[in-house]
Amino acid sequence: MTVAEPIIANDQDTGKSELARRLARTWCQPKGFLGWFSNTHHTVIGIRFMVTAFIFLLLGGVLAAMIRLQLIRPENSLIGPDLYNQVFTMHGSTMIFLFAVPMMFQGFGVYIVPLMCGARNIAFPRLNAFSYYLYVGGALVLWGGFVTNTGPDVGWFAYVPLSGPAYSPGHRADIWSQMITFTEVSALGVAICIATTILRHRAPGMTLNRMPILLWEKLVISMAVIFAMPAVMIASGLLLLDRLVGTHFFNPAQGGDVLLYQHLFWFFGHPEVYIIFLPGAAIVSTLVECFSRRRILGYTPIVVSVVATGFIGFSVWVHHMFATGLPQLSESFFTAASLMIVIPTGLQFFCWVATMWTGRLQLQLPMLWCFGFFFVFLIGGLSGVMLASVPVDLQVHDTYFVVAHFHYVLIGGALFPMFAGIYFWFPKITGRMANTTLGTWHFWLFFIGFNTTFFTLHFLGLRGMPRRVYTYGADMHWQGLNVLASSGVVFMTAGLLVFLANVIRSLRMGKIAGNNPWGDAGLEWSMSSPPPPYNFLHVPTVSGRDPLWEDPPDQPVVVGLRDDIRETLVTHSLDTDPQHKDEDPGPSIWPFLTALTVSAAFVGSIFTPWAVPIGAPPVIVTMIGWLWPRGQSPTPRPSGEIWVR
Amino acid sequence: MNSGFTFVPLRFLAQAMTLDPGHHHVLHPAAPQAGHIEWLYWITFWILFAVFVLMIVAFASAAAKSGVIADHPLPILEKDEEGDRRASWGVASAVGITVITLFLILVLSVVTGKRVEGLTSKNPVTIQITGHQWWWEISYPNSQADQTITTANEIHVPINTPVVVLTNSMDVIHSFWAPSITGKRDLLPGYSSAFWFEIDKAGIYHGQCAEFCGLQHAHMGFSIVAEPVDQFQAWQQQQLKPAREPSSTDAARGREVFLTHACLMCHTIRGTDAGSRFGPDLTHVASRNMIAAETLPNTAGALAGWIVDPQRIKPGTEMSPNPLAADDLQALVVYLQSLH
Repeated sequence: MTVAEPIIANDQDTGKSELARRLARTWCQPKGFLGWFSNTHHTVIGIRFMVTAFIFLLLGGVLAAMIRLQLIRPENSLIGPDLYNQVFTMHGSTMIFLFAVPMMFQGFGVYIVPLMCGARNIAFPRLNAFSYYLYVGGALVLWGGFVTNTGPDVGWFAYVPLSGPAYSPGHRADIWSQMITFTEVSALGVAICIATTILRHRAPGMTLNRMPILLWEKLVISMAVIFAMPAVMIASGLLLLDRLVGTHFFNPAQGGDVLLYQHLFWFFGHPEVYIIFLPGAAIVSTLVECFSRRRILGYTPIVVSVVATGFIGFSVWVHHMFATGLPQLSESFFTAASLMIVIPTGLQFFCWVATMWTGRLQLQLPMLWCFGFFFVFLIGGLSGVMLASVPVDLQVHDTYFVVAHFHYVLIGGALFPMFAGIYFWFPKITGRMANTTLGTWHFWLFFIGFNTTFFTLHFLGLRGMPRRVYTYGADMHWQGLNVLASSGVVFMTAGLLVFLANVIRSLRMGKIAGNNPWGDAGLEWSMSSPPPPYNFLHVPTVSGRDPLWEDPPDQPVVVGLRDDIRETLVTHSLDTDPQHKDEDPGPSIWPFLTALTVSAAFVGSIFTPWAVPIGAPPVIVTMIGWLWPRGQSPTPRPSGEIWVR
Repeated sequence: MNSGFTFVPLRFLAQAMTLDPGHHHVLHPAAPQAGHIEWLYWITFWILFAVFVLMIVAFASAAAKSGVIADHPLPILEKDEEGDRRASWGVASAVGITVITLFLILVLSVVTGKRVEGLTSKNPVTIQITGHQWWWEISYPNSQADQTITTANEIHVPINTPVVVLTNSMDVIHSFWAPSITGKRDLLPGYSSAFWFEIDKAGIYHGQCAEFCGLQHAHMGFSIVAEPVDQFQAWQQQQLKPAREPSSTDAARGREVFLTHACLMCHTIRGTDAGSRFGPDLTHVASRNMIAAETLPNTAGALAGWIVDPQRIKPGTEMSPNPLAADDLQALVVYLQSLH
C-alpha cells in the first residue's frame, strides 16, 4: 500500500508529482473508437449528456420556429395539420424529455456532483454510462420516427383515448410511449447514481448540514425522479399494452378509464416541473453566494424549502385537470397545495435578495443571467399563482396564456440558470474563460427575444386562442399578436448563434482560467481545470459549508487509498465517517452493448409483443458481460487503513 | 386599424391592442360566470402586480449596490452577525406577508368558485352537448322523444335564463369553451358532467374546442346565440318541425340526390329516409349561420365546396369527398338551403 506524503487539501495539483502520474495511469480511460464507448468517467459522460441535450435544444428550437412561422397569419397553408401536430408534439417531447431533464438533471448533475462531493468518480459508473446510451437511443427513436413521417402527433402528454388504438392507428403513438420508456429508464439510472454518490461518496467532514445547497437539490431531485418516473412509465406502458396487445385500461367502451391516464401522467408531470426547476434554483443559489462574496443567508431555510418543494410537488398534479369537472372540494385542496408551493420558492427568492443586499455583489456575466432568471421566473411564478385558482384556470387553461406561463417558468427556471451555469462552470469544464462581451450580447438578445415572444402570448390566451391549433380564422383578430410573438424568435435565434460562436471562440482562444477563476467555495474548484481523470490528488476532507473559503491551510486529506487500482472512499451517509473502500469498476464496453440490446428490445416492442421474449436473451447475455467478475482478487478492506491526516 | 403606421410591427401592435367587440374574450364577459371570473382575475392581477413591483425594486436595488467588477475575485466578507440577524427578520416578514397574501387569494378563489358553480334559480333550459371529431352535437332533451331538438354547432339559448349543460363525448376528449360566457369544461368519453351559465346580453358568442382532439382541433368551433325568450321559443318551435318539403323541382331533385348518394349514410333529415346519427343533423341546416363547425359561412358556394371536397377545407375530417355531377350538386345545394 502506498501512503502519500501529507499534502494540504487545497494544494495545487500540478499533475507533475509522482502520485499524480500514478493516479493518472490508474484512472486513465481507454482511447480510440472502442475506447469512446467504454469510457465510464463521470466528467466525460456528463459532458456528453450536456452536449447531446444542447443539440436537442437547438432541434426543439427549430420546431418552435416552425410553429411560430405557421401561426404568423390566419389560414396559413405553410404546414398542414398532420405535420403541425407532429411538430408541436415533437417540440414538447424534445424539450422536456431530450433537453430539459437530460441537461439540468442528468448532464449537469453527473458532471458536477462527484466533484462537489470530493469523489473520484460517480457511484455505479457503468450504470451511468448505460443511462447515457439509453437516452441517446430514446432520442434516436423519437427523431427517427419524425424524419420518417412517423413522429408522434398526439401531444407530449398523449392523452387517451386520442392516443389509443382506435384514434391513432399506425406507430406514431407507440414511438412516443417507447421514447418515454427509454428516457425514463435513463433518468432513473442517473438518479440512483447521483443519490448514491451524494449519500455515500461525500468527503469526510461534509456532513448533511454542511452539504452545499446544490447537492441538497440534486438529492431531492433524484428522489423525485425515483418516485415520479414510475408513474409515467406505468401510464405509457399501459398505453402501449392497450395499443399492442388489446388490453382496455383506457378504453371507456370496455370499462377503461380515460381520467386514470391523466392522473398517472400528471403525478409524474408536475414533479417533473420541479425536476427541471430545482437544478436551476441550485445554480442560482451557488452563484448568488459566490458573486455576493459571502456565505448564503438562510442555508437551513433554503434546504428545508428545497425538501418541502420536493414533497409538495407531488400533491399539486390535479391543477392540470381542473377542467375535467372534479368535485369542487377536491379541486380546492389542489388550489391550496398549488399556492402553498409558492412559499418555499418565495423564501428562496427572499434569501437571494438578502444575500445580495448584505454582500458585495459583483454583477459578472453568470450573475447577469441570474438576474434574467429573477425577472423571468418571477413573472412565471406570479402567473402560476393565478393559474392555481380554479375559476381563473378554467378560463385560461389550454390557451396561450398557459403556454406563456410555463415558458416563463421553464425557460426562466431552466434555460436562464443553465446559461448562468454554463458561463460559470465553462472555465472548470474547458480550462478557458468564456468571452464576456459575446456573453452579454447573448444575454440581451435572448432576453429581449424571449419576452417579446412569450409575454405577448398571455394576451392571445386572454383573447381566447386555444393551444395546439394549427391555424385560426382571420375573424378572430389574433394575427397582430401572433406576428409580434413570432418576431421574438429572430432575437432568440441570434442570441443562440452568438452563444455558439462564443463557445467555439472561447474553446480555442479563451483566457486560461486557472483552478478557481471566480474565487468560489466549492470543492470542484480545488483541482486543475479541466479536472484530471482522478479528480482529486488526495480525497479531501472539509470542515465547513464553504470548503475553499473556510478550510484552514492545513486541512487534512484522506490517505490510504491505493493508487494502483481505482479505489474510492465510501463514507457514512449522515456524518461522513470513512466506512470502507470500494473499487471503481473501470471502463467497459458492456454498458454500451447492453444499451444496444435493451434498445433493440424496446424498439421491437413497438411492432410486436414477441420482441419481449426474443429481445430478453441478448439483454441477459450483455448483462452477464457487464457484471462478469474481474480477474483481480478482491481488495482486502481492513478498517483503520484509511486515515485522515 | 390605423393606416398611418408604415412600420409593419407597429401596425400589428396597434391592431393587436384595438379591442374587438369582445364576443370571444376572457375579460369581456357577457355572463355572470365569466364576470365573476373576470373580477377574480383583476383582483389577483393587481395583488400580484404589487408583489412584482416590490420584488423588482428589491432586485434592482441589489443590482444597484453592486460594485465595479474587479479583475480578481474579491475577498470574502467577514461574518456580520447583526446584519444577518436583521436580514433574516426581513426574510421572515416577507415570508409572512407571502403566506397572508396566498391565503387571501385562496379565499377569493374558493368564494368565486362557489359563485360560479352555484345554480341560483329554477326552471333552467337543459342542453346536452356531445363532442365528436370535429363538431358539436347539440340536443335539447325532452321527456317526449318527439319534443327533443337535435342540431349541431349552433346553440340557441334564451337570455336571463339559467342554462344547464350536460356533457359527453362520443370519441376523444374535447373541451367546451366560450370565453365570454364561462370557464371551460372537458367532454370526457365515459363520463358525463354538468355545469351551467346564464347570459345577460343578447348576441352571438363564439366558442371553440380547447382540448387537443386530433387533426382538426383547430376547426371545431361553435357559437352561442343568446336571444330574448320569445325569439328562442319561436326558434324551438321551428326546430321541432320535420324538414320542409321541397318547394321547387330543383329542391326535389336535390332531395333525391341526398337520398341516393353517400349523404344519408351519415346525416339525418327528419321527414325523409335519412336517419343516420354519425354526422350533424341537417333537418334545419339552412337556419344555421355557419357550417363545418364554424369553419365556413352557410352560403351556396361554401356549401358546394364543402360537399365536393371537405378534405381540402378540413384535412382529416370524417366526411369523404363527393364528386357529384354539376347539376346534381347545384340541386343538392338548393335543397339544403331550403331547409330552414
